[in-house]
Amino acid sequence: MKQFQYVITDPVGIHARPAGLLVKAAKALDSTVTIEKVGGKSASANKLMAVMGLGVKGGDTVNVTVEGGNEDANAAAMEQFFKENL
Amino acid sequence: MQVATGKSILNGIAIGPLRIYKKAETETAVTSSLTPEEEYARFEEARVKAQEQLGNLYEKALDEVGEDNAAIFEIHQMMLDDDDYLEAVKGIIDTQNATAEYAVTTTGNNFAETFAAMEDAYMQARATDVKDISHRVVNILAGREEGGLLDEKPAILVADDLTPSETVQLDKTKLLGFITRYGSSNSHTAILARTMNIPALIGVDFDDTWDGKLAVLDGYNQCVYIDPAQELLSTMEEKRKSDLKQEALLQGLKRKPNITLDGKEIKGYANIGNAGDVGLVLQNDAQGIGLFRSEFIYLDSDDFPSEEKQFMIYKRVVETMAGRKVIIRTLDIGADKQAPYFELDKEENPALGYRAIRICLTRKEIFKQQLRAILRASAFGTVSIMFPMIISVREVRDAKEIFEECKAELKKQGVAMGEIEVGIMIETPAAVMIADELAEEVEFFSLGTNDLTQYTLAIDRQNPKLDNFYDSHHPAVLRMIRHTIEAGHRHNCWVGICGELGADQTLTETFLRMGVDELSVSPSAVLPLRKLIRSLDLSKEPETK
Repeated sequence: MKQFQYVITDPVGIHARPAGLLVKAAKALDSTVTIEKVGGKSASANKLMAVMGLGVKGGDTVNVTVEGGNEDANAAAMEQFFKENL
Repeated sequence: MQVATGKSILNGIAIGPLRIYKKAETETAVTSSLTPEEEYARFEEARVKAQEQLGNLYEKALDEVGEDNAAIFEIHQMMLDDDDYLEAVKGIIDTQNATAEYAVTTTGNNFAETFAAMEDAYMQARATDVKDISHRVVNILAGREEGGLLDEKPAILVADDLTPSETVQLDKTKLLGFITRYGSSNSHTAILARTMNIPALIGVDFDDTWDGKLAVLDGYNQCVYIDPAQELLSTMEEKRKSDLKQEALLQGLKRKPNITLDGKEIKGYANIGNAGDVGLVLQNDAQGIGLFRSEFIYLDSDDFPSEEKQFMIYKRVVETMAGRKVIIRTLDIGADKQAPYFELDKEENPALGYRAIRICLTRKEIFKQQLRAILRASAFGTVSIMFPMIISVREVRDAKEIFEECKAELKKQGVAMGEIEVGIMIETPAAVMIADELAEEVEFFSLGTNDLTQYTLAIDRQNPKLDNFYDSHHPAVLRMIRHTIEAGHRHNCWVGICGELGADQTLTETFLRMGVDELSVSPSAVLPLRKLIRSLDLSKEPETK
């Protein structure tokens, strides 16, 4: 299991469009990716509505967990995704 | 005449008959006569068809409103692929032996409620999206055709709510404007209305008797007049005509270079007084923002606005301008612009008092907060800054030193920044007289003609008794402008005008002959000015008036 923490810089947070991109990116990986809003709920990164339902806003911290498959490469890919899009 | 108020999505006027749109009531059976497997297969078939429709809508929207706005239909497709959504539908069909219609409607409502209950206004608005996709699937299941919201004649559409897909599907040649009871200015429908330039009001409490009545939708005043009085109707028709003229001008000039007949290029920029004006800047196709009056951020606050708050505002403006230049004037407070928390002393002669750069250079912490916010925003586009009320070289050097200090601090923290051009406002006779020395220090000048005229003529423009003495075309002022332009050019400094005189069309040719490089005017004045510039020929002898 690999985990990293990320602070959202996009002022609107994980809104519809990046959530859509995130789900697309997560589904392409052979790991199970889970996103947890620190102090809040968690959701599978494969589920669009659940991810949007987390209500993650700019300035919030999320824990991203990557399990199974090629964890190292997939965690790096996810971290890269967050930096570029959120 | 009846008047109802709402919230305006787009400033504009629509005049025409109202047409109330009612969504087809769906009488669906709850219990199915088929097996759950058969019902789910019906749902799957409808879902595939819905995905197809959404794909087509995406293409249509891409054409009409661009990629960013079309993305919503991609999101809709993904929502229809969502595991939780599919499981919920299946669950209802399996356990309640329900019809696919019922299962989809219920699932859509449940998800919509979850979104509506979230604290964030943006997420609340997503409830409409979930309902929209569910509605689409139900329509397919029921064999209903989509569209047909408007009949033959152009009309102002009135509805409880409009989904993004309904908005995109509307026939734009028949849609004059729309009015909804619900919806938010954050909704995708609102965003689409703005992009398609359709006057719209939300939050209007309408009743069924409105159907077919003549109405004026006044986006500027956020209201709608039903059965308008003749006088009002003619005023509004005039206003609408002038909007159309502006629009036609825009279509003719959009993306065309701003050059005179003999090939001299002038930049046509716009002045803004708050972040919301950016829309107007783009609507009027200004090539940049020549004066961003940053003091509004301070005047709108009860306390010093934080670096973070300022950064967000600058970033939004810079991003929206997408690479076009944004010239931010640093804090110009004092004199007639007062914010109580600055605790400025009452002065005998505030116009000549403690204001603008004088405050910034003595209360460095306030200045640095703003400069840091601007520097951070510069990573997102093209940013210039200019210092107001300069009278000496010393002041410019001091301001630049503080600016460099902020830059070094941010660099140390690893913060991304863009290249920032530094300029000053020329608005005091002192600055004009030493323009050659000042030009050595900066990359551009911007003439603030309002203050320059007041200080040159020693006339307070607020005093109506002085109107007879006041002459905005006074030769002293015009010579000051000429002197400034020439001094600037001697030292490779470009020179613009951002004061009211810049929009005075009787002087445009004079300024161009003096060699001015940029004119920055209010957004609505940009297009008429550009039209004039494109008709001038500076190679010909000026007509003597």
